Amino acid sequence: MITAEFEYERPGSVAEAVGALAAADGDAKLLAGGHSLIPLMKLRLAAPGRLIDISRVPGLSAIERDGERWRIGALCTHTQLSRAGVGLLSEVAATIADPQVRNRGTIGGSLAHGDPASDLPAALLALEGSIVAQGPGGERTIPAADFFSDYLETALGPAEMIREVLVPAADGYGFGYQKFNRRAEDWALVAVAAAIRVQDGTCADVRIALTNMGPTPLRAGAAEAALRGAPASAEAIRAAAGQAAEGTDPPADLDADAAYKRHLAAVLCERALRAAAGIA
Amino acid sequence: MSNRVTVTLTVNGSEHEIEVEPRRLLVHALRDDLGLTGTHVGCDTSSCGACTVHLDGLAVKSCTILAAQAEGAQITTIEGLGGEHSLHPLQEAFWNEHGLQCGYCTPGMIMAAAALLEENPHPSEAEVRRALDGNLCRCTGYHNIVRAVQSAAQAQAPVAS
Repeated sequence: MITAEFEYERPGSVAEAVGALAAADGDAKLLAGGHSLIPLMKLRLAAPGRLIDISRVPGLSAIERDGERWRIGALCTHTQLSRAGVGLLSEVAATIADPQVRNRGTIGGSLAHGDPASDLPAALLALEGSIVAQGPGGERTIPAADFFSDYLETALGPAEMIREVLVPAADGYGFGYQKFNRRAEDWALVAVAAAIRVQDGTCADVRIALTNMGPTPLRAGAAEAALRGAPASAEAIRAAAGQAAEGTDPPADLDADAAYKRHLAAVLCERALRAAAGIA
Repeated sequence: MSNRVTVTLTVNGSEHEIEVEPRRLLVHALRDDLGLTGTHVGCDTSSCGACTVHLDGLAVKSCTILAAQAEGAQITTIEGLGGEHSLHPLQEAFWNEHGLQCGYCTPGMIMAAAALLEENPHPSEAEVRRALDGNLCRCTGYHNIVRAVQSAAQAQAPVAS
């Protein structure tokens, strides 16, 4: 399959890339690893007139600890992230697709694509991370909770690009990510990201986010509330996980109807919470 | 629109300069511009891994990379791994262990396995299977492929048992 024709340019800096985006007036896409964009273009579901290849822009590939948070450059690949010891995000990155895809796909690309079936959005939402975007007017920081606006849509403006991702270090939290799919390398049918901070046998804080249970990644607020302050026990976790799908309305697709997805959310939530609480 | 880009890339140790449309995929540049047809196009949707090559030392799916993105890169294809008279240990092992039937997925399997062995010279069976998540074979059921990779690992870097 061949993409539609496009013009290609390779800017040398974030400022040049943002300038090129602004000049293209909505008819351009940024190209990083290309593992979401190029397949869409080959299927002719996307046909931008111009690709702005940011994959060589320097300074966007570092992962560094900065006090109580991690700063992750937009061009960090899933392979890099999976090996960087960034808690939940590293665990989640290791489950994305397959090794070849992880070698090319980037965190910035994955977040900007806004696919609710991809893995990193839910993890970032659970940890209450944020996205630093650069536009013609300067830079702004967008909390993950405000970033994913609809299916394949984000809060990024037409001439904004992601520069880095900020993630709280969440020291003292245990993590779990549980994904169900039908083929080894496939997107999640449903997945659940969980983080728990246990203090004196009690769940002092609980974060749960759902992958592919709606048009955006979602927080499982009812299950979080049920477990917060409860004992870090198998029984309390099971009871809370039963509410994982509350308030969600997942779309049926070829693999699963809504009821099955809601069932999966509860089962996977229990497993993710047990892993996060260190209960075998 | 008739824009072209000039791409310089080193493939299996030889430098090439090609002039292509920006939409030229790396796999087509390798096969059609450079005549290296060992790299296959299977699903063409970055699922099957038949197009796997090494780009600057990393296994990648060349059907989902623009040739223009490989500017300045070092690329290794199956032809660069070994030839008919000097088989790479993985090629030898796929032969000995019957790691193929139709052979269509084999170049991609071997390139993915070679990347694994670079990083992990003694993978467990589970590690081999996980490393080949991105490569589909519709003939063998994978068992002989996994055996071949483990046998090549042993041949390349023997461990005393």
